[in-house]
Amino acid sequence: MPKRNSMQIQFSSNSLNESFARVAVAAFISQLDPTVEELYDIKMAVSEAVTNSIIHGYDNSEDYEICIKCAYEDGVVSIEVIDYGKGIADIEEAMTALYTTSADEERAGLGFTVMQSMMDEIQVFSEVGNGTTIKMKKSLGV
Amino acid sequence: MSIDFAMVNRTLVVNLEGELDHHTCVEIRQTVDREYQKKRAKNLLFDFANINFMDSSGIGMLMGRYRSVIICGGEIALYNVTPEAEKILAMSGIHKLMKTYASKQEALEALA
Repeated sequence: MPKRNSMQIQFSSNSLNESFARVAVAAFISQLDPTVEELYDIKMAVSEAVTNSIIHGYDNSEDYEICIKCAYEDGVVSIEVIDYGKGIADIEEAMTALYTTSADEERAGLGFTVMQSMMDEIQVFSEVGNGTTIKMKKSLGV
Repeated sequence: MSIDFAMVNRTLVVNLEGELDHHTCVEIRQTVDREYQKKRAKNLLFDFANINFMDSSGIGMLMGRYRSVIICGGEIALYNVTPEAEKILAMSGIHKLMKTYASKQEALEALA
């Protein structure tokens, strides 16, 4: 098993790519021989982050790009989900469970809550008009 | 994602196969709502046996269906829920709104 490795993917903000993104990250993480549960948790967190970028960052437009940087070192996985969309004005408010700005769509407002529960660490960097980066970490085999 | 329906008395049984995410939930929502109205169903029962992935978009979809079913005086329930799907269902607190049954038989008896 390699001690350290990294990868990067970029794809269109098409909702079809939500599935592509989580499967691609899972395939990469599989090098660490994670448990089924660890893999499922990571897939959920990635899916939530990418969905947020598409719905909120890009207002459901397919014409933009999302980048995922993924790396691991000594069993610690780090994942960055980056969009160049409209950004988040109030990060604390956005991270509150059940809070959602999607009035018309059926959103549970649980995206950040899921990311926080599935991963050990999450940081959100955002600036209005300049996009959002979500950095997440999870130690495997704990 | 594939969706199959079966009507048992006034309960519309929905068999979902595939992954529940933001992308697939858009189609599921439209297809289920159309069938629910067409069949004049009262209750909605989801078979989760073949759901191999689910994120919070699935919760949003279930909450949306709950709202419409409640207006029609019906109930919404789930069966064959996998441990993976149960994780996010439990986290969301949705069990307060809909019951989970071990089998289709048990669910149909409870909804009758």
